[in-house]
Amino acid sequence: MGYDPKNPMEGRITDIGPHSYDDMLPPVIKANRGKWLYHEIPESGVLVHYAEGGGVCYTVRVGSPRLVSIEHVREMCDIADTHCEGYLRFTTRNNAEFMVDSKEKCDALIADLKSRGTKFPIGGTGACVTNIVHTQGWVHCHTPATDASGPVKAVMDDLFEYFVSMKLPAQIRIALACCLNMCGAVHASDIALLGVHRKPPMVDNDRITGVCELPLAIAACPLGAIKPAKATNSQGEEVKSVKVNSERCMFCGNCYTMCPAMPLADPEGDGMAILVGGKVSNAKSAPKFSKLVVPFLPNNPPRWPEVTEVVRRIVHVYAKDAKKYERIGEWAERIGWEKFFEKCDIPFTEKSIDDYRLAYDTWKTTAAFKYTSHTDAYTK
Amino acid sequence: MAKHDTPMLDELEKGPWPSFVTDLKRQAETHPECWDILGQLELSYEDKITHWKHGGIVGVFGYGGGIVGRYSDVPGRFPGVEHFHTIRVAQPSGMYYSTENLRALMDLWDKYGSGMTNMHGSTGDMILLGTRTENLEPLFWDLTHDLKQDLGGSGSNLRTPSCCLGESRCEWSCYDTQDICYALTMHYQDEIHRPAFPYKFKFKFSGCANDCVAAIARSDFAVIGTWKDDIQIDQAAVKEYVAGNYSVNGGSHKDGDWGPFSLKKEVIDLCPTQCMWMEGEELKIDNSECNRCMHCINVMPRALRPGKEKGATICMGAKAPILDGAQFATMIIPFIEVSKENEYENIIDVIERIWDWWMEVGKNRERVGETMQRVGLPTFLSIMEVEPIPQHIREPRSNPYVFWKEEEVPGGFERDIVAFRKRHAA
Repeated sequence: MGYDPKNPMEGRITDIGPHSYDDMLPPVIKANRGKWLYHEIPESGVLVHYAEGGGVCYTVRVGSPRLVSIEHVREMCDIADTHCEGYLRFTTRNNAEFMVDSKEKCDALIADLKSRGTKFPIGGTGACVTNIVHTQGWVHCHTPATDASGPVKAVMDDLFEYFVSMKLPAQIRIALACCLNMCGAVHASDIALLGVHRKPPMVDNDRITGVCELPLAIAACPLGAIKPAKATNSQGEEVKSVKVNSERCMFCGNCYTMCPAMPLADPEGDGMAILVGGKVSNAKSAPKFSKLVVPFLPNNPPRWPEVTEVVRRIVHVYAKDAKKYERIGEWAERIGWEKFFEKCDIPFTEKSIDDYRLAYDTWKTTAAFKYTSHTDAYTK
Repeated sequence: MAKHDTPMLDELEKGPWPSFVTDLKRQAETHPECWDILGQLELSYEDKITHWKHGGIVGVFGYGGGIVGRYSDVPGRFPGVEHFHTIRVAQPSGMYYSTENLRALMDLWDKYGSGMTNMHGSTGDMILLGTRTENLEPLFWDLTHDLKQDLGGSGSNLRTPSCCLGESRCEWSCYDTQDICYALTMHYQDEIHRPAFPYKFKFKFSGCANDCVAAIARSDFAVIGTWKDDIQIDQAAVKEYVAGNYSVNGGSHKDGDWGPFSLKKEVIDLCPTQCMWMEGEELKIDNSECNRCMHCINVMPRALRPGKEKGATICMGAKAPILDGAQFATMIIPFIEVSKENEYENIIDVIERIWDWWMEVGKNRERVGETMQRVGLPTFLSIMEVEPIPQHIREPRSNPYVFWKEEEVPGGFERDIVAFRKRHAA
């Protein structure tokens, strides 16, 4: 029996959730879960975790384009079946990890991975450029201002030596979001690549009547640039529509999200901004937002050379200039942002000066604080 | 479906990083619709613009989320991607898979979909990328009946919760991130599948302040592991680090030319609160000054460990920039026990206090962090029944515009202007 379209509710199962994590742990993880003492990274891409009672887990981390076929995933399963007793995992940065319980098995696993061409690059650990977290871009999304998989491939090709080694002052987390919605949450990355629009939305008066709730479209604009207006469609009929005050538009695209009759993507208008210096870890310094240093670079498929060139320059200058453990944002703050622009040879423009609103800058946005008598209610 | 010329995409088959183009071509041999993915993407590379239409509401009966509708705007040229809906499958906590399950999922997608996936999407779900409307219900049937698993969230609902790998393979995790993530995912299936919120709401669970799941940057409700007693020190291991016998930071800087390890330069001097020093060969920490940032523990994992009395800090209200700018989560609850013993009842209480309030006052498409900004932190704290403490702020306000309440001012706000004028002529 399967789905019966004549009785869609018959035998239906809902709300059962995902499988329990406990059902799918590799044996070496299951045996040592919660007992880990410390870890080492003997070489790039290999982690060794040591547990109480002598348990050891060897992990090999491999990069992935995130956009992967079922054949690719099945090949990962073949590898896991051969070496890892039929288990594997994925990281929060789209890498895959294979785990075994001995050095011999680890060596065999590495040899197998290396025999498979460029499909499973080993790396992404320690002071490296690890995999880029990214969005869908032109492969699947309806609002992008740039592609995602293409520029990610171009940047990772360009920075590959840093994925497979651990020679940087600290880790560099790169992320790409193909529009300001930032499904990739790039706003706290060492280097953020962000698709941006630069032309205000058009208004499609032939389409607006059927697809757009005008008050929602008007309310969607954070700067009040959209007003109700009467317009004439291509049939000569008067329709209720909206008017956009282009001078107020900040090109966020929120109106298009709400109203399909207000497209703003454009081959010349769209491109990529680069923001740097963000981090999410609380280590040493509080989490930081990425800051806009390059307001616009054109979309130049298939390899976005202008983008890869700036990213490479930032990485090289940072690699040479920063101190051990210093993240890009910490380095930029130590040397000063004026020095950052100078050393990286990035032209400074007024576009890097904030003229939007900012309100909550005195709230604590870190989990790092001191216990005092004020916290007794929680801790004593 | 015809194979299309893709000269630009072919360029992306070169270079050392794995190529999604090569992979798509490989999959196209058994799923010819992949040729149309390539063809339409090549057209986007020529035109420098997307060829996907806006929206399209599709789903399975009874759910308001989990599937994102997508249609090509050039279906005549690329019929294989005319419908290209996305399915979000809730991931297991920590993203460990048995190959048995992963193969079953791939077989399912072989049967119903394009053959392309994202492992994984930004929120954490497994993404099955591209299928037709008529496949949705049969796929959902097989997913729930045969694979015994479920869709994730999309739209204005609780998004699929996610976590770092926690104590499954990390020595620093201060609570069981996988277990609470799974428990709350199961507890809130209704909230995940049926949108009833002003906007999306995300839980993310990180085991320590390194925050590998970026909870503080992108979740409305960030649970970040911490401890309330002293960092555990193994002085013998400290000596081994000083002697150069243990690899520093686990060996994370191995390929750089950084010279011999200096405990003073790399740990003591980089401590943000300057709460560490050496007495002879002993490393000392003034734990009352420590802010538990994790740096020293990161550098010397064999010598230093989080304390024994562990729990979490709860920060609330993070989001990406749309609309009022990006927000990190604001520290609200300094320390809370996280224990499966009480089935996370204390955490659930906090979550539902936010939801009860936000569902009432939150505006359409307003993230809770924006609602917090709109009402102000003092008001939010009082709604949360949390006493204001200096830990809630980075610094006190610099403006004097205090919203005094009438009951705080002797005599209240009502006064008599006539009586006032008798004493003070205009």
